[in-house]
Amino acid sequence: MVRLITHNLLACHAKGCTTNNYPLKFSNVKLALREADFNPDFLRGFLPRIEWDALVQASRERCSTTDLLKQLHHVLLETHIDEGSMTCPNCGHVYPISNGIPNMLLAEHEIG
Amino acid sequence: MSRPELQAPPEIYYGDAEASKYTNNTRIQQIQADMTYRALELLNLPPGEPAFLLDIGCGSGLSGEILDEEGYVWVGVDVAPSMLEVALEREVEGDLFLQDIGQGFGFRPGSFDGAISISVLQWLLNAETSHPTSSPPHRLARFFTTLHSALRNPSRAVLQFYPTSDDQVQLITSIAQKAGFGGGVVVDYPNSKKARKVFLCLFVGDGRAASAAQQLPAALDGDGGAEGKDAKATFEKRRQRESRREKSGKQKVAKGGKDWILRKKELYRRRGKDDVPRDSKFTGRKRRAFF
Repeated sequence: MVRLITHNLLACHAKGCTTNNYPLKFSNVKLALREADFNPDFLRGFLPRIEWDALVQASRERCSTTDLLKQLHHVLLETHIDEGSMTCPNCGHVYPISNGIPNMLLAEHEIG
Repeated sequence: MSRPELQAPPEIYYGDAEASKYTNNTRIQQIQADMTYRALELLNLPPGEPAFLLDIGCGSGLSGEILDEEGYVWVGVDVAPSMLEVALEREVEGDLFLQDIGQGFGFRPGSFDGAISISVLQWLLNAETSHPTSSPPHRLARFFTTLHSALRNPSRAVLQFYPTSDDQVQLITSIAQKAGFGGGVVVDYPNSKKARKVFLCLFVGDGRAASAAQQLPAALDGDGGAEGKDAKATFEKRRQRESRREKSGKQKVAKGGKDWILRKKELYRRRGKDDVPRDSKFTGRKRRAFF
């Protein structure tokens, strides 16, 4: 159940991994689309916090030019990643996603 | 029984059995719901703006369900896989992460409008290994610094927890302050043993930008007139009733006397205890004084 909205906020938190640790790269991804209630107020409040490059990279542009908020809603809140993994572009740490829950646990030597 | 956090680390204590027990217990559900509403109240989010919240130690989503109901979008983290499984089964709306909060968060700065955490912080106060990163101060420091950066300015984090001593409260607040948080501890119903709840109310930013200055909200104490009847601590009534009865002169039966023995035996019989001796003229009689 990793939605792209949370992926857009997620950086690697391993020890010493402070630069170029965002966005985490998806691989072997199984996508699922689940409908959610459209909430324009929330999206408007969230707009300034979106990192566009990362979002575009993650969603590979499923674009047409109709209502922007509707599309954002679809991309951010209805697109779920169920299986796969996320890899830190800097340190290469792999965060596996199983059953929609990413495993963010670190090994002892990686704790900052 | 000793406190759960002293028995095993959370990911082990909340195994499959304990996770479903915890989630299906209506008493726990009620307490969690009450505390979540109170935490939201303390969070003091601007009305009408659906916020993006972080639920720290979301567990099976008991608190998350309430966030859903209130129309917030949330992300939950928890270290116990079994609890998260239960949360998946219950189909909560928020995104779930398997994460040890003592290792810190990886969220981008300014991601969340607020954070709540119900009955979690006490789990950070035990060292599981002798590794330096496993010491409570280190874990707390890592938790608070990464939480501070993940929150927006200005915003709040409300963390309810069960401290065993004042030293623990002291440790937690001092580390939170070092991490840059303002605020402090709000104790609800400080005079009630059962209803007493400790909330750590942390502020990001000094609130000059916010419409109202960030000041520590008042605690519920159970006898304030403004709070209305509902604000009274549960169990307070029973205690009052008992103390009134004691005062009204209804004497307690003296321990060891004949009446006391008869009453006890009656009680055991009612409970179905085996071999309760029958009552006779010898029951509870005074023995003659011997040399």
